[in-house]
Amino acid sequence: MTENSAKDGAYNYAYLDEQTKRMIRRAILKAVAVPGYQVPFGGREMPLPYGWGTGGIQVTAAIIGRDDTLKVIDQGADDTTNAVSIRRFFARVAEVATTTRTEEATVIQTRHRVPETPLSEGQILVFQVPIPEPLRMLEPRETETRTLHALSEYGVMQVSLYESIARHGRISKAYNYPVMVNGRYIMSPSPIPKFDNPKLDRSPALQLYGAGREKRIYAVPPYTPVKSLDFDDHPFEIETWEQCCELCGSKESFLDEMIVDDDGKRLFVCSDSDYCERRRAPAEAAE
Amino acid sequence: MKPLLSVRGLSKRFGTRVACRDVDFDLWPGEVLGIVGESGSGKTTLLNCLAGRLTPETGSVTYNSAAYGTVDVHDLSEARRRLLSRTEWGFVNQDAREGLRMGVSAGANIGERLMAVGARHYGDIRRTASDWLDRVEIERGRLDDRPTTYSGGMRQRLQIARNLVSEPRLVFMDEPTGGLDVSVQARILDLLRSLVGSLHLSAVLVTHDLGVARLLTHRLMVMQGGAVVEDGLTDQVLDDPQHAYTQMLVASILPV
Repeated sequence: MTENSAKDGAYNYAYLDEQTKRMIRRAILKAVAVPGYQVPFGGREMPLPYGWGTGGIQVTAAIIGRDDTLKVIDQGADDTTNAVSIRRFFARVAEVATTTRTEEATVIQTRHRVPETPLSEGQILVFQVPIPEPLRMLEPRETETRTLHALSEYGVMQVSLYESIARHGRISKAYNYPVMVNGRYIMSPSPIPKFDNPKLDRSPALQLYGAGREKRIYAVPPYTPVKSLDFDDHPFEIETWEQCCELCGSKESFLDEMIVDDDGKRLFVCSDSDYCERRRAPAEAAE
Repeated sequence: MKPLLSVRGLSKRFGTRVACRDVDFDLWPGEVLGIVGESGSGKTTLLNCLAGRLTPETGSVTYNSAAYGTVDVHDLSEARRRLLSRTEWGFVNQDAREGLRMGVSAGANIGERLMAVGARHYGDIRRTASDWLDRVEIERGRLDDRPTTYSGGMRQRLQIARNLVSEPRLVFMDEPTGGLDVSVQARILDLLRSLVGSLHLSAVLVTHDLGVARLLTHRLMVMQGGAVVEDGLTDQVLDDPQHAYTQMLVASILPV
C-alpha cells in the first residue's frame, strides 16, 4: 500500500515506505513489551548524516500521523539547525502541524534533553541515540554485552562507577548516566544530562529511543520505574547551580554556560528555550 | 562425605586430535589436586572442561554445590554456571592480564565479584578490597593503582585476591607461578599454601613444575598425551614413580 504525501508527490507519506514503517513499528512494539531491551531493526539510509538523528527520525517517521503535532529539540532548543531541519522535514513529508510548545506536542523528537515542562499521558518522546549499548565502553564485544544483558550480569557497570569514585571522589559521569529499567535491563538514556534522569522515572509519556548507526530501538513505556545506578553511600545526585537563568530567572531548570565576550564574561541561561520563553512572556507582557 | 567434584569418562577432542581421554577422578573437600605433565599433554584443556569453559565430547563433571546441591556442570544453564563460577569458584590464569581488568584500579578488580552479587556500599567494598590486598601482601596504599603499574608477581597476587574475595569453595589454577622468577614464585606458593589452609579451599592446580606440585598438592595426576597415566598421593608419586613416563619426569628435575 502506498500513500503519497500531498505536498511532495515523489515520496511516500512520512518519507519511509510502508514496509519499512511496518518493520520499525514491530521493533517498537517489541521494545515497549520488554522495557530497556535493545531491539535490532533494519535501519535505512536517511537524508541526513549518521549522528544527526537518523535513528530518531526513523522512529518518528514510523509513528507519526496527520493529526500529530511535532516538536523537535536539540540540546533543549527549538531553534538550532538540526531541530529546525527535522521539523521542516516532517512538516513537508508528513504534513503535520509543528509547535515549539511542549504541552501542545503529541510527538517530541529530542537530542540530549528532556523538556523541563512535565510531560503528560499520550505524549511520545523520541530520543536520538548515538551509542545504545551502555556497556560498550566496558566490554567491546557485542556477543558478550548481549550475554551480559541476557543474564543480567551487571557487575562490570558497577565497577565503572566504583572506579569513578576511587579516582574523583564522586561518580563523575554527568551525561548518559546509566539507568536500570523496570529492575531488569541496564539502559543508556542517550546523552541527556543526568539532571534529566529523574524525569524518566515513572514518566506518563512513552519514551522511544532510536539509534540509527547501530540500528537499535528501545523503549520505556509510561509509568515504568527507571532508577539511576549508584552506591548506598554515594547516592545519585543531579547537578545544581549557584546562578539562576539570566533571562527568565529560573532556579529549577538545566542551565547552559555561555561565554559572551572576549574577556570571558559568562552567563547562564536555560537550555530549554521553550520553557525559558514562556517564563519570560508574562513579565514582558506586563512591561 | 561426598566428593566436591566428580569426573567420569571425560574426553575432549579438537577435530581429530585428542586432548583428553577417559579422565576419571574425585576431588574431596579441602583437597588440592595437582595435574602435571609436559606441554601439550592436555592439562589445561582438562582444567577448562572442569571449569565449564570448554564442553567435553563425552563424560560428566559433577559438582556438589553449596547453593544448588549436586549438579552436572555441563548440564547447567549458562546463567547458573556463570553464577557458580563467580561465587563458589575461582579461576587463576597463568597470565594475570587475562584474569584482571587492566584498565581499572586494584580495588575495583577485587570488588567486582562483590558488586556482581549485589554489594552496593562503596565504603564496605573498599574496606574488603583493602583487607584482601593486605592478605596477599600488597601495600594497602596501592589500592587505587591500576594493575598496569604492578609487577608480574603483584599482578598474580592481585588476581588471587580478586578470585578469593567471594570466598569460593573450589579454585582452578592454571600454572599460577609460571613465568615468574624463583623468589617471587616462592612467595606466591607460600601465600597460596597459607590461604588454602586458612580458607579450607579445594583446588585443582595445573603445573609442569614438580616442585610446585610437591609443595602445594596433596594428590597428583600425571598426564601424557591426553590420558592419565598415574595418580596417587603426591609424595608417593614423586618418590616412587611407577609409570615410565612419570619416572622420566621425576628424573628430569634439575638437581641444585
